[in-house]
Amino acid sequence: MAAGSAGLKDATAVVGIGQTPFAKHLPEDERTLACRAVLAALDDAGIAPGEVDALASYTMEETDEVELAKACGFGDLTFFSKVGFGGGGSCATVAHLAAAVASGQASVGVAWRSRKRGSGPRPWTNTTVQLPTPAQWTRPFGLLRPVDEIAMLARRYLHEYGATRDHLFNVALACRNRAKQNPDAIMYDRPLTREMYMTSRWISEPLCLFDNCLETDGALACVVVSAERARDCRRKPVYVHSTAQSLPAQHHGMVNYWNDDPLTGPAWSAARHLWKHADLTPEDVDVAQIYDAFTPLVLLSLEGYGFCGRGEGGAFTEGGALETGGMLPLNTGGGGLSEAYVHGFNLITEGVKQLRGTSTAQVPGASTCLITAGEGVPTSALLLRS
Amino acid sequence: MLRPVTDTAGAPFWTYAAQGELRVQACADCGELRFPPRPCCPHCQSFTTDWRRMSGQGRVWSYVVAHPPLLPDYAALAPYNVVLVELDEAPRIRLVGNLVAEPGAAIGSLPAERLRIGTRVRVVFDDGLPRWVPERS
Repeated sequence: MAAGSAGLKDATAVVGIGQTPFAKHLPEDERTLACRAVLAALDDAGIAPGEVDALASYTMEETDEVELAKACGFGDLTFFSKVGFGGGGSCATVAHLAAAVASGQASVGVAWRSRKRGSGPRPWTNTTVQLPTPAQWTRPFGLLRPVDEIAMLARRYLHEYGATRDHLFNVALACRNRAKQNPDAIMYDRPLTREMYMTSRWISEPLCLFDNCLETDGALACVVVSAERARDCRRKPVYVHSTAQSLPAQHHGMVNYWNDDPLTGPAWSAARHLWKHADLTPEDVDVAQIYDAFTPLVLLSLEGYGFCGRGEGGAFTEGGALETGGMLPLNTGGGGLSEAYVHGFNLITEGVKQLRGTSTAQVPGASTCLITAGEGVPTSALLLRS
Repeated sequence: MLRPVTDTAGAPFWTYAAQGELRVQACADCGELRFPPRPCCPHCQSFTTDWRRMSGQGRVWSYVVAHPPLLPDYAALAPYNVVLVELDEAPRIRLVGNLVAEPGAAIGSLPAERLRIGTRVRVVFDDGLPRWVPERS
């Protein structure tokens, strides 16, 4: 039976991860950073660059396949794909490689993201790119930035469910506490207190400075091969157990204002597919890396992926649930809020570290990890197991 | 300030707005309203469209208050609100706009403490853009 007809479950594994330093400003350009992260991931796996025959990244990635392949010395590529919708595509890069490898289209896949978002321009300030549809319905009225678009949903969320800013703070705090254990994290030596959070400046009410992710320069990569090949690699394999992409009916990315229920976004339909193809349930997840460009996305994702009921995401965060030893340790490298914001790719590599047992905030005995891409945009998710 | 950069499907909305009319695209065959405008009806796949006039009344579904960093023209008016108004005729159509103190007033003219989810509002027009004012009760 062909691997493709057996589905993707555990058919492939992540065998290498690599990253550059993270900083507000790195001197090297994005292409150089991409090459460094990719070569580090291949070295981690013990696979020669000439064996790479598949690539996957984001449509927003500016180092293209040709440049990467020529610089790193890849072989003949037989599969390459790019996923849209910004941070919604993070997990889908690995999912596409898993599908390509499991169906025999390629044997060694590399996914990567390199971005100078720390020292480069903020995308929303480029109005020539931002103004075509659907921006005509939002930008003239001053809804300019991603934070404004998500704050609109966050305000309604707080109103409808009785959640509070303390619940958003719980998310920011858990991420910051894990960053304090991770020397690679940008916020490694910057503790956060409730008073700092509650008195920080507004960005888009009801969201304050600490509800927003970092602005980071950095690059990351990972290597995907078949489960069979993975057994011969340098590191313990981390299996791709289940994957999902999701663009729900009548969804509108970032400004999901124009359907019956804006507060149930892509996480819900991604979750249906993810769990349907898994041997696991949300209760079996030992640790989660949930996309955190903005704190309210985590509350929505906790609901969408089935860790709690609709409207219960805020309450779920109480009592240290997201901290080490809590019900669901969250973003154990510090996440986009406190480690680095590289469109969620550091959440993927952190998930792999947890299942190898090498995280700086290791969950004892972790054998399953959920990783999610951006909620509020067409999204993707990965369920990894050791 | 940014002006709407429109497309084929959306252009009639702005043409009507310039005439002081709030109109939403509707399917000429099955009658379903839809927003944002698009080439065909997601319910019956018809390419025949109407632009149906709305009462201009609705309720605030949500709102934000924007603070810098912002584009310079907007930073000068900050903090200002951006509201999402659900239309009486079609609650799932929610228009992004600004709640202002009175017709012609600048965004940011309404004190933030007067903003509430559920506030009843009506449309006014200012230089071709729909704005919203609190409905007198």
